[in-house]
Amino acid sequence: MDTVFSDSTLNSIREKVEQGVRLDFEDGVALYRSPDFLGVGRLAHLVRTRKFGSDAFFVRNQHINYTNVCLNRCLFCGFSRDAGEENAFTFDLQDAEDQLRSRLHESIREIHIVGGLNPSLPFSYYLDLLEMVRRIRPEAAIKAFTAVEIDWFSRATGLSIEAVIDQLKEAGLAMMPGGGAEILSARVHRKLYPRKIGPDRWLEVIRKVHGFGLPTNATMLYGHVESLEERVQHLLKLRTLQDETNGFTAFIPLAFHPENTRLSHIRPAGGLEDLKTVAVARLMLDNIPHIKAYWVMITPGLAQVALSFGADDLDGTIVEEKITHMAGARTPKGLSMEEISHLIRSAGFHPTERDAFYNAV
Amino acid sequence: MKQNRRLNLEDALVLYLDEDLLSLGTMADQMKEQLHPDNTVTYIVDRNINYTNICSSGCRFCAFFRSDGHPEGYVISHEVLGDKIRETLDLGGTQILLQGGMHPELGLAYFEDLLGFIKEKHPIHVHGFSPPEIHFLSRKEKRPVKEVLARLKSAGLGSIPGGGAEILVDRVRKKVSPNKCLTDDWLAVMETAHGLGLRTTATMMFGHVETLEERLEHLFRVRDLQDRTAGFTAFIPWTFQPDNTRLRIADKATSAEYLRLLAVSRLVLDNIPNIQASWVTQGPKIGQVALKFGANDLGSTMIEENVVAAAGVSFMLSREDMIQIIETAGYRARQRDTFYNHV
Repeated sequence: MDTVFSDSTLNSIREKVEQGVRLDFEDGVALYRSPDFLGVGRLAHLVRTRKFGSDAFFVRNQHINYTNVCLNRCLFCGFSRDAGEENAFTFDLQDAEDQLRSRLHESIREIHIVGGLNPSLPFSYYLDLLEMVRRIRPEAAIKAFTAVEIDWFSRATGLSIEAVIDQLKEAGLAMMPGGGAEILSARVHRKLYPRKIGPDRWLEVIRKVHGFGLPTNATMLYGHVESLEERVQHLLKLRTLQDETNGFTAFIPLAFHPENTRLSHIRPAGGLEDLKTVAVARLMLDNIPHIKAYWVMITPGLAQVALSFGADDLDGTIVEEKITHMAGARTPKGLSMEEISHLIRSAGFHPTERDAFYNAV
Repeated sequence: MKQNRRLNLEDALVLYLDEDLLSLGTMADQMKEQLHPDNTVTYIVDRNINYTNICSSGCRFCAFFRSDGHPEGYVISHEVLGDKIRETLDLGGTQILLQGGMHPELGLAYFEDLLGFIKEKHPIHVHGFSPPEIHFLSRKEKRPVKEVLARLKSAGLGSIPGGGAEILVDRVRKKVSPNKCLTDDWLAVMETAHGLGLRTTATMMFGHVETLEERLEHLFRVRDLQDRTAGFTAFIPWTFQPDNTRLRIADKATSAEYLRLLAVSRLVLDNIPNIQASWVTQGPKIGQVALKFGANDLGSTMIEENVVAAAGVSFMLSREDMIQIIETAGYRARQRDTFYNHV
C-alpha cells in the first residue's frame, strides 16, 4: 500500500499490520475513532487479501427457528414472546420436518438451528430434532444452539455442560453458531440482558464446547448502549479465548435492529458504522479465520461492500429468517445462489461455495 | 490524475476496472475534499410532484406511467397541487421538483397557467420539466426549444432537473426509451437552458442494457457540455430499479458497482461542483457510504416520491434521519437550496 493515510495514527497501525504484530486495545479504539474511514477499510482489506486472496465464501443453508418463546426477554430482542402471547410459536418435530422437506429439492450444506429458552420443551425434544434433521438431511452439517441454549439445557436437566454437549453431539450436532454473546460486558449485561447468561458464563460454556472438539462462531451485537471501548474489549475477550482453544471459525458482527424492540428509540447504526465494525474486527481478530458480513441485518448491498472492508463471507442463502425480520428488517428473507454469486462477482471477488466448516465445495 | 491531467475515457475505464474499490473511493474522496473543504454535506427539503402520470413515451424501464385513457391516469388539480406545496413549505421546503409524463393533451398554455398558479400563491422554487418533457412540448407546439424554455422561465420556472438522461448514448436510448428524445436533443435542451440562465442538474440511470463504456461515454458527454456552459449544478447517478417494469435484465446493478461509478463520476466530472448520493435507490446505509465515495450531497428528503416507489423500492427518511446519517459520517449537515446555497 503506497498511499499515506490522512489519519497519521493509522500509519503506525499499518506498520504493525504489515509486520504481523498483534494490535492492542488502544489500536482498536484508535481504529474505531479514526476519521479516515476508507483508510481503516484498506488496512482490513490488506489482511483479508493476505488470508483469502479474492475468494469470498457463501453457503447454501437453511435456518430453523424452532420457538420464540423465551424466558430471557432481552431488551434488544424483537423475536421473543412469552408463552401464550400473540405471535408466540413453537415447532413440533413435524413442523420442523415440513420446513426441511419444503426445500429437499435444493442442495443444502448447513442447517442453522436456534431458538428461545422455552420451558415447555424437554431436553429429548432437541435430541429428537437433531436426529430428525440428520435423517432428512444427512449431507448437511447441523450448526445449532448458542451457548445460551446449552447453558439452559444444563440447568433444566441438571446435567453438566459436558453431558449436554456429549448427548447433542451424539444426536448429530456438528458445530455451534456464535449467538448470545451480545456485548461481553458486565455493564451491558445488567442493562440489557440481565436474565440471560453473562459474559463470563458465555465464554466458559464456549470454552467447554471447544474442548469437546466442536467448533463455534462468535458474534457481537452492536449499536445499542455499548461504548466503542466495550466493543474493542469484546473483541479482545474473544481473541484471548481463541488463543486458548482455537475453536472459533468465524466472527459475525450483528447490527442491532431497534424496531419492534423495547429499545426502539435508538437509531440503527449507519452504513459506515457497520463497515467499520467489520474492518476493526478483521484487524483485531488475527486468530479467528473468517469474518462474516451478515446480509440479513445490514442489507445485501452493504454486505457486498463489506467484502472490501475485511469480510470474506456473506453467510448464505438462508430463506425464512425470522429473528431479525420480526425486529422489522426489510431485507429479503432469502437470496438465491445466483443472487449471492452475482453480489460477490460484481464486487470483484471470486464466489466460493463452502460447507459449514469453510471447506470449499 | 497524478499529473493533474484531465481524465480521458481510457483513464476512466482503467480506473473503473483496475483500481480496488477503496483506492478508487479514496481518490474520489480526496477530490471531493478539495472541492468542498468545509466538511459539510448538504441536503434539500423538497417534494417530488408529478403533475401527471399519463405518458406517451412508454419507456420500458418505467413503472410509473399510465397510457392515455387508463383508469389510473391522472392530471393534478390546482387544489391538490396547492395543498402539496403548502405542506412542503410548512415542512421547511424550498423547492418542488415538478415533473410528469409526456401527456399528449397538455400544451404550453397549460404549463404557463400551472406555473402562474404556483408562483402567484406560493413562495417556492420550481425545479421542473426534464429535457424530454421540454423536447416533447416543443414538438407538440411546433415552437423552438428556446422559445418554450423562455416562456416557461418567464412564467416562473426556476431551474431544470436532469432527468430523462438515462444513458446518453443513442444505441441504449433506442432500446429502452424508443419514443423519448435522443442524446443530442437532451443535451441541446440543456445547452439552451443554460444559455437562458436556467441552471440544471444531470442524471444517469444505469444498470440495464448499457455497457460500461457507454456509462463512461455518458459522463464525457456531460463534461463536454459543462465545459461550454458551466450550467450544471450537480450530477446524480442512480441504478435502474426493475420491479414492475417491462425491462427484464439479468442482474441489477449492485451497491459495489454504484459506489465505483459514483467515484469515477466524481473524478471525471472535474467541472461539476456537486455529486449527489441516491439513498432513494441505494437505501440509507449505502447512501451514507456514498459520502465517502465522492458525494457531497445527500439529495432530497423526498416528502413525496412516486416514480422509484412504483418500481418496488420504498426507503423513507425523515429530515432528522438525513441529518443523523450525515453527522454520524463525521460531517456537518446543512440544508441547501436548489443552487446549493446554505439556507
